[in-house]
Amino acid sequence: MGLKIDSKKALDAAKEKARQRMENETIRILICAGTGCVASGSLDIAAALKEATKDIKAEVTFIEDGCKSIAVKTSGCHGFCAMGPLVRIEPLGVLYTKVTVDDVEEIVETTIKKGEIIERLAYKHPVSGEIYPIEKEIPFYKNQTRIGLMNCGVIDPEDLEEYLARDGYQAIAKALTMSQQEVVDIIKASGLRGRGGGGFPTGLKWQFALDEEREQKYVICNGDEGDPGAFMDRSIMEGDPHKVIEGLMIAGYATGADTGYIYVRAEYPLAVKRLKKAISDAQAYGLLGENILGTDFSFKVIIKEGAGAFVCGEETALMASIEGERGMPRPKPPFPAQRGLWGCPTTINNVETLANVPNIILKGADWFRKLGTENSPGTKTFAITGDVANTGLIEVPMGLTLREVIYDVGGGIKDNKKFKAVQIGGPSGGCLTEEHLDLTLDFDSLSQVGAMIGSGGLVVMDEDTCIVEVARFFMEFTQNESCGKCVLCREGTKRMLEILQRIVDGKGELKDIEKLEDIASAVKDGSLCGLGKTAPNPVLTTLKYFRDEYIAHVVDKKCPAGICEALKVYGINADKCKGCSKCSRVCPVGAISGEIKKPFILDTEKCIKCGACVEACPFDAVEVV
Amino acid sequence: MALTMSALQRKFEKVNEIIEKYGKKKSSLIAILQEIQEEYRYLPEEILTYVATAMDLSPATVFGVATFYAQFSLEPKGKYIIRVCDGTACHVRGSMPVYNAIRKKVGLKGDRKTTDDLNFTVETVSCLGACGLAPVVTINDKVYGQMTPEAIELILDQLMKEEDGQ
Ligand SMILES: Cc1cc2nc3c(=O)[nH]c(=O)nc-3n(C[C@H](O)[C@H](O)[C@H](O)COP(=O)(O)O)c2cc1C
Ligand code: FES
Repeated sequence: MGLKIDSKKALDAAKEKARQRMENETIRILICAGTGCVASGSLDIAAALKEATKDIKAEVTFIEDGCKSIAVKTSGCHGFCAMGPLVRIEPLGVLYTKVTVDDVEEIVETTIKKGEIIERLAYKHPVSGEIYPIEKEIPFYKNQTRIGLMNCGVIDPEDLEEYLARDGYQAIAKALTMSQQEVVDIIKASGLRGRGGGGFPTGLKWQFALDEEREQKYVICNGDEGDPGAFMDRSIMEGDPHKVIEGLMIAGYATGADTGYIYVRAEYPLAVKRLKKAISDAQAYGLLGENILGTDFSFKVIIKEGAGAFVCGEETALMASIEGERGMPRPKPPFPAQRGLWGCPTTINNVETLANVPNIILKGADWFRKLGTENSPGTKTFAITGDVANTGLIEVPMGLTLREVIYDVGGGIKDNKKFKAVQIGGPSGGCLTEEHLDLTLDFDSLSQVGAMIGSGGLVVMDEDTCIVEVARFFMEFTQNESCGKCVLCREGTKRMLEILQRIVDGKGELKDIEKLEDIASAVKDGSLCGLGKTAPNPVLTTLKYFRDEYIAHVVDKKCPAGICEALKVYGINADKCKGCSKCSRVCPVGAISGEIKKPFILDTEKCIKCGACVEACPFDAVEVV
Repeated sequence: MALTMSALQRKFEKVNEIIEKYGKKKSSLIAILQEIQEEYRYLPEEILTYVATAMDLSPATVFGVATFYAQFSLEPKGKYIIRVCDGTACHVRGSMPVYNAIRKKVGLKGDRKTTDDLNFTVETVSCLGACGLAPVVTINDKVYGQMTPEAIELILDQLMKEEDGQ
């Protein structure tokens, strides 16, 4: 590389150069290389597009000032994961969905060379049937405001210069002209709250660390993202790794730390790879290391990979894990800001929190405060998944209602089914219902109804979901992940899981529900860390909002959604049954009888619900009734 | 049979290399175990004991770490490691039927996770972070999205055919 960026002047020059290079790329074809699209084969498409466009420089003349070059780039996640592989063509602003290698030729001939749109590849709204070839007009994108995700899907995350062209490392340059206190003050004034779940004011946290008068301090970026159903941190680390590094540097400068750790979960190999490349490129340019941008500030970044433990996302456990120990939480205080890594003052922030920092420094606290609500300024990314039409990653201003998020951005419930519930905030969050759809999404309104934004996982569930089974599922998760250090969490979650399992198995009694509530409140009050303290949330919220379903399971021995195996009642649909006798032959208890070529009959009393007949029937005539 | 220290060192040459690469600081322990596991596909007990000696840590510390994290396995794993995501998004979109279909296909019964011929290990994981494609399955780190019991069966058929062909 050779180029060293050792002053603000050199940074500006590098930015100008990178900008010009990108401007020369009159056509940019961006192929999503986020985890989802890679899984659907986007890398092959990128290779094919590169091959197909490599000789057509001169031919393309449809853009007024003539085409100087075509850039084919792989980018981070565009967010619209279920529609992948995605290909975006600039400056047309076209987004093609579900692209395959076979489409490449047509894309080059029609769109690249002639500037015409291929309707077949454009997004088609599943309900209205309308076709949206232009990305920013697609309802999924139209209602979003992107700050944390602003570069995701737009730049090549493995190309430092593209980041520079979009004001990369300008924020740390600006921060370095200010005093540490001034930087902390801007973050305080912005009202930024931690996006890792708790929503603690970031500026205040930095102030605590700055106030500690100690030689050695650390900053940590929490990229553990253990919440099942959430992948925003992954997408930011994969799609815009330099942004995370820059945010961490600013945190380091503001609090007086010379070393930053990024803790990434082991399940995210692509994020690790991209971050490692970003760190080594930043070092090569001199943007990390000694005397950054010609100042006294020196900073290095180290990646630590997790090893698969949900509790390691908790800050004190995470620090134990970095130190090479079992990742067990410890009581607070002392808080990490006082005594963290190896006993030194440590600031720990979530990936998304840090990704917001550079923009706040560059554009100011007031700009940030204009977005979102009074007490929850800014935007929040959500991973919207489950039974919703547009699954993917979104970023919206705080204060939107659940309805707006699920219906306007998410496109509503899939397959014309009915909305039943939304699980928000992962295993520590809660299940909300229809009546909460007009609730605004911000830190405070959600905690009032027993849920929380958490990391921002939004799992939408339709009428075919059994809420009790979902509660059992979460309990199984937290029970598995409890580190076992404190009794209430270790034993309490186990007992709760046993009860829930019993109910799902059709063996529950009315008094089980009471017992469940008792244990839940004990675990909530008495656990050491957030894992135990929040583990009862899904149970408590479902008991509150879906009590009748629990009752149906224990009293009527029925699963209203028809999901729980043990409570299923099978019957034979006489219209579909052709009387082939396959079912009666496999039934181990002789519960099915009938005459050949006439509809068979299933005796529910004898039936042991093994499901053998369901599998045996070639006509799908055995149904859950 | 007691091996002399130098014989031991020779036997664990690869392990030594890994330890050397990271240094003997305790904070490197997890990374060292990760790399050893990549090499051997699991963490054999004797290696763990050796790591403890070589890094000047108590065996309890090393075993404690190795058993705490889900990523580490003290038992040999199959050649193909099939992970079925059972995160929330995948669970509500039907990951369990996919998991059951895989177990049936490779012939796993009861609590077993690995087939006798050490060809397949089938396990669940919580959230792979590709929830938009739920339900998600990975086979040796290749990601397959929007799986159904039928689709995964076809993939496994293909895999088994290749396996037989070799
Ligand atoms: C059981 C448990 C798991 C957690 N997992 C994560 C996680 O995966 N990522 C994260 O950023 N914070 C997680 N947290 C919150 C962290 O402890 C901490 O509050 C956060 O990283 C602080 O950053 P923020 O202020 O920027 O949000 C978890 C907390 C608990 C109790
Ligand atoms: S829940 Fe399966 S990938 Fe997230």
